[in-house]
Amino acid sequence: MAAQVRVLRQRIRSAKGMKKITKAMELVATSRIAKAQARVGASLPYARAITGVLTALASNASVDHPLLTPRERVRRAGVLLVTADRGLAGGYSSNAIRTAESLVARLEADGKQPVLYVIGRKGVSFYRFRNRPIEGSWTGFSEQPSFADAREVGETLIKAFSAGADDVDGEPGPDGVRGVDELHIVYTEFKSLMTQNPVTRIIGPLQIEERPRSEAAPGVLPAYEFEPDAEALLDALLPKYINTRIYAALLESAASESAARRRAMKSATDNAEDMIDKYTREMNSARQAGITQEISEIVGGANALAASGSEV
Amino acid sequence: MAEQLNVQLVAVEEKVWSGKAEMVMARTTEGELGVLPGHAPLLGQLAEPGRVRIKLPGGEQVAYEVAGGFLSVSESGVTVLAESASPVSAASDS
Repeated sequence: MAAQVRVLRQRIRSAKGMKKITKAMELVATSRIAKAQARVGASLPYARAITGVLTALASNASVDHPLLTPRERVRRAGVLLVTADRGLAGGYSSNAIRTAESLVARLEADGKQPVLYVIGRKGVSFYRFRNRPIEGSWTGFSEQPSFADAREVGETLIKAFSAGADDVDGEPGPDGVRGVDELHIVYTEFKSLMTQNPVTRIIGPLQIEERPRSEAAPGVLPAYEFEPDAEALLDALLPKYINTRIYAALLESAASESAARRRAMKSATDNAEDMIDKYTREMNSARQAGITQEISEIVGGANALAASGSEV
Repeated sequence: MAEQLNVQLVAVEEKVWSGKAEMVMARTTEGELGVLPGHAPLLGQLAEPGRVRIKLPGGEQVAYEVAGGFLSVSESGVTVLAESASPVSAASDS
């Protein structure tokens, strides 16, 4: 009996320890969601401004840029997958990976060869473990991405996309570099604290999300002057626009990751509490049973003594 | 008081500065440029590294060191887009 009580006490102690850890992680994740959302908000003015500038540029100049034109034959398609660096975030990383996998399957069914770029240790280890080739990977910033990280990723992707322009049937063209003809990004959209959905978007060839023009002034965009000329501006602006898109995706993924982690840690904390309750109850009844047994042993002993005394 | 410019200076990670100004001075890849109210719509790529100076109505001046910047002038105001922007003390700017 006493041994059972000791075992239960031990279990309660370890469940309490776990609860402390998961509770702390929950709180950290909660504060990170708020931070990530604030950064999403802070990045909006730039995103809006660059979209506006590109819209103005596109409506003033003939838009004919390699980053904007779909390739006739798509042989290789780049897939950028955004996952977490650390686990303990529920299904966050595996959901993103599953979405990427279905995209890869779809690309292969279309006769395109998928080329993987992975952000986050979880995604990298998924593909390493399966011995699948990864073209590029970046880790260490999934929870707090900076624009510098996004730019690094973006530059690699744009380089691959530009290198793909002269490829012939999936073989390196004159430049000797095997590039890609399409760029997809898989990241996790932050819907609310409770819902985050993995989504797939095409970032190359680029589609500029044009702002709906107000009805009041249909198509009256001012005639802009350009310094330097429109083509050079487009050359300089489009890569930046892709980087901003990637940065926005990274920020949203970071918010989703923290939200997923918060939810996972919340249910872990709740489970730990349930277990502590259950064990406490079991321990109490075990202790009670022990006491009852001891009393009945004493009473039985005393009765036996009394009975034997009266006989003498 | 004469017309004023609506100026916005936005970096990728945050909005850096916004407000009213009398004049914005910047250097594009083509050359030095000053924007006064009523300027014709313009899109420009800023020189690298570029300094953007904003002249405030009170005669004061704020300056930012801007990397990877663009300048957009429209009827609604001036927008400076930057990959990164850091303030420069006006004293060192003469």
